[in-house]
Amino acid sequence: MYEGRIRTGENTYRSQEQVYATHLGLVNYSPDNVSVVALSTGYNPLVGDVIIGEVIDIDLGEWRIDIGTQSEAVMGIPDAVDRPFRTEYVMTRVLDIGDTLVAKIVDLDRRRTPVLSILGPGLGKVYDGFIVRITPSKIPRLIGKKGSMINMIIRETGCRIAIGQNGRILISGPNREREEMVVKVINKIELEAHTSGLTNRTQEYLRQLKESSR
Amino acid sequence: MSKKPTTKKTAARKPAKSKKADKAASWKRADGRAFDELRTLKIESGVLPNADGSAYIEMGRNKILCGVFGPREMHPKHNAKPNEAVLRCRYHMAPFSVDPRRSPAPSRRDQEISMVMRSALEPAVFLERYPRASIDVYLEVLEADGGTRCACINAAAVALVDAGIPMRDLVAACAVGKIEDKLIVDLGDYEDKKGQSDMPVAYMPKLGKVTLLQMDGNMSAEEAEKALNLAIEGCKKVYEVQREALKKKYGIDQPQDKPPKEFQPEESEEEPQKEEGQQ
Repeated sequence: MYEGRIRTGENTYRSQEQVYATHLGLVNYSPDNVSVVALSTGYNPLVGDVIIGEVIDIDLGEWRIDIGTQSEAVMGIPDAVDRPFRTEYVMTRVLDIGDTLVAKIVDLDRRRTPVLSILGPGLGKVYDGFIVRITPSKIPRLIGKKGSMINMIIRETGCRIAIGQNGRILISGPNREREEMVVKVINKIELEAHTSGLTNRTQEYLRQLKESSR
Repeated sequence: MSKKPTTKKTAARKPAKSKKADKAASWKRADGRAFDELRTLKIESGVLPNADGSAYIEMGRNKILCGVFGPREMHPKHNAKPNEAVLRCRYHMAPFSVDPRRSPAPSRRDQEISMVMRSALEPAVFLERYPRASIDVYLEVLEADGGTRCACINAAAVALVDAGIPMRDLVAACAVGKIEDKLIVDLGDYEDKKGQSDMPVAYMPKLGKVTLLQMDGNMSAEEAEKALNLAIEGCKKVYEVQREALKKKYGIDQPQDKPPKEFQPEESEEEPQKEEGQQ
């Protein structure tokens, strides 16, 4: 991919003065490094990420939550209930197995097990909506520069959209048609994430969808 | 070169009947190919929606499906390694893949090929980035026509990339054999059974490293060296097809390996993206 001494950016590695890509993706050459925008990746958890997960197990004092990472995430009672701990709490009343939740990663412990919290605005159990899954590397594209893409979609459709950095997106809107519209748009964005001029084309596509649904 | 120790099997092979085969350069094989010609090769990536990564390969009459899952939590947990991920491969031939029907139970041969594939793919994967995890590669041979282990490695490498697993390089594999005292590339079923020798090789073309070297039958030292070079040439051809398969999924058609003459600052609206990354 590149020869010479240069800093290696994302998704690249160096071997004997040669820089190679570790993922299939698009190369970005900038003056101080070479990086690759991957076309498909797994999710690499980072502290502060908002993610969408599903409760898969309940242990003593903690929920185990599938968030699409190599190891499942945990969430303790103090991270889920904003009150002093009392023994009469029934954990399944707060979150049961199979419940979906929007949560934030507050810590990665030494085994890289993400620790979650649902205390905060916009976080908590999910009651209704659609969940769409896309490749986590394409989330930045869905959000757009300073949120241009996602704000445009919200403005055009009137749906509430919660984006999990792990590639799961929660959509809840005024009616089913609007929600399905967003699902179509997101799938289109995922397919065309590596092309340019996407925000404008998406806007046009949305307008077409609106026209046809009328 | 990180060569694996040569695994020699003591399979008794019938010696060729006629040693005075014509030496014309236009010598053709049983299926009409030239000595260094590969079978028709078709690879497709992303064919299984429920797998993290997948590939389908047609190499001659071989038809193989490959699915990759992971990195995910290792079960049973005591098999996990604290410092790196574990790559698990499962090679399986469908009962209807050969004639006569084959028992679906895993055989000694399946186990050997699973192990061989694992060690051929391991050097290419950044296993140390996923401690305690497992990466599972499942291969199902739908139709077999000789050289399935090479075809499986080719499909698995594409599926691993499709799963978004960081890799040092693609692994391409190709076999070289000897029939009627002549070296031939990419053996078919007939050549595999009637030939004097068979040598599957897996190779990482960008890094120039051999990750698998096995041999069956007899070859002289010079022949073996010549055969290895032929196999590497074959692997490079396979590598091109693998890259095409990966690119096709995303509709990328402008290849660009070298950086632009002058570095250009990032454009403001859209990311400057037309170039193609490689594996």
